Amino acid sequence: MNESMALTIALPLLGGLFAAAWPRRCVSIGIASVVLSTLAVGWLWFSLDAQGPSDQALGGWTPGLGIRLHVDALSILMLSMTALVVLAISVYASHYFTRRSQAARFWPLWLLMVAALNGLFLAGDLFNLYVTLELLGLSAVALTALGGNRAGIAAALRYLMIGLLGSMGYLAGVAMLYAAFGTLDMQQVAAQTGEDPVSQAALIVMTTGLLLKSALFPLHFWLPPAHSNAPAPVSAALSALVVKAGFYLVLRLWTEVFPDTISEHGATLVALLGAGAILWGSWQALQAERLKLLAAYSTVAQLGYLFVALALFISAPPGLARELLFGALVLMALTHAFAKSSLFLAIGVILHRSGHDRIAELGGTAQRLPATTFAIALAGVALIGLPPSGAFLGKWRLLYGAISLEQWLLVVVIGIGSLLAAAYVFRVLGHAFGRSAYSLQAFHSIHEEWPALLLALTATLLLGFGSAWIWPFLEHMA
Amino acid sequence: MPDPATLYGLLGIVLAGLGVHAAIVQRDSIRRLLAINVMGVGVFLVLIATAYFGPDQDPDPIPHALVLTGIVVAVAATALALALLRAFERSEDE
Repeated sequence: MNESMALTIALPLLGGLFAAAWPRRCVSIGIASVVLSTLAVGWLWFSLDAQGPSDQALGGWTPGLGIRLHVDALSILMLSMTALVVLAISVYASHYFTRRSQAARFWPLWLLMVAALNGLFLAGDLFNLYVTLELLGLSAVALTALGGNRAGIAAALRYLMIGLLGSMGYLAGVAMLYAAFGTLDMQQVAAQTGEDPVSQAALIVMTTGLLLKSALFPLHFWLPPAHSNAPAPVSAALSALVVKAGFYLVLRLWTEVFPDTISEHGATLVALLGAGAILWGSWQALQAERLKLLAAYSTVAQLGYLFVALALFISAPPGLARELLFGALVLMALTHAFAKSSLFLAIGVILHRSGHDRIAELGGTAQRLPATTFAIALAGVALIGLPPSGAFLGKWRLLYGAISLEQWLLVVVIGIGSLLAAAYVFRVLGHAFGRSAYSLQAFHSIHEEWPALLLALTATLLLGFGSAWIWPFLEHMA
Repeated sequence: MPDPATLYGLLGIVLAGLGVHAAIVQRDSIRRLLAINVMGVGVFLVLIATAYFGPDQDPDPIPHALVLTGIVVAVAATALALALLRAFERSEDE
């Protein structure tokens, strides 16, 4: 168990080093490290299944001084989501970056990003969370700028500044907690936080910093330019995985570090911001003229659902309804990761084949690229939250939770959000199915098209029908 | 006269506040980057202040290690921001 925990971080990190040192072989090194770290996550899954949540003190240093890794059901689900999405994107990326100089820049940064994500999901103390958060931010910014065009660099620069501001806010909270309680270990801090002013101040600055990083409306302004100007594989990872890291941290902090500090008002505020994100993000996605911008605004909206679910989960009284809301929240986060990465990869295929991603000029795409259009439709099913996708079950529980807590405003917003999502997905499909000559070939480039299709199938079929299999895993978490 | 730890802690909070204010208000990228650095220095100062227990006692080493790590991260981030800024300026010339 111990080895697999450290390996999930060490393998991509070492791979990144080798890829940087040996640029001629960077693609094979990259694919090999991604496959190996996926296997390490699989190993960790089976040991967690056998032994339950566990800890590892790296290098034998005592917790408090050394680095403590911690794995539980939530972290293993996040790790598995990351591993599978990264695997699919890596296959796509190995054919996307055709020039050797581009590939040599992509792979080291990509593997560093994977190592940072895995480290973040396993970190057991507040300071290591800060370090992994910064590593993630820096590698994500550098990846955003890889395209090299002016808009991309400007977006990356703004993304960097916002990220730094966010993580500095988080660090300020860490400093307050250390000054007050003399420890950084999450469990030890959690035992001491309460309704005192220091805990409240720390909760506020840390949450604000992380909301900035996870782009909750109205702090989302940096996301659409960054996610829509990055190269396709990078956009997919940014929207599917990187923003989830901020959300995951808020979830951990609220439920485990500050369970007695978070107030009803705080939860209500976040629920209202989430509702704003759903309406504004979906509306902007409907207005977008380019596919990538549509996908980026759809991420803003989907993050809104996650934060609404989190706020409802926090305010729900203990019991089965609360546990089900936790399951809904995790299921929606997982589904969105697969659906959105699929959507961005499919858009990448369209951009590559037609040279543009203007929605109004998509006519004939369904005939030219049937497999890719099918992937967009499947991902769309998950984004709208139609059955049988994982998001359908998640949204169903979310609606149920909002009704039982008598949050009628949220019920209405969730309904309107789903209608708007249906409108923006069908707008794309409507244009894509425009009249054109039929092609008899389903796939044009298997390597380019299947990652998106597999991701969409996972979001829509696997997570929908397989959610009963994930559920027992989460039951004890809530 | 308050004790040194309080004084440094308060100074750190003031610096961090100034940094946040400037990072939001300033439009120029270099100024904004400097503001974020000032904010970082403020946070580091607060952390250092928590390590001080008086002239007769050894300071707590953990905050020192944290601040060292924080400085390394801040330097790396500043370098990346400057490199991006230069790339941006160059793309303007083309």
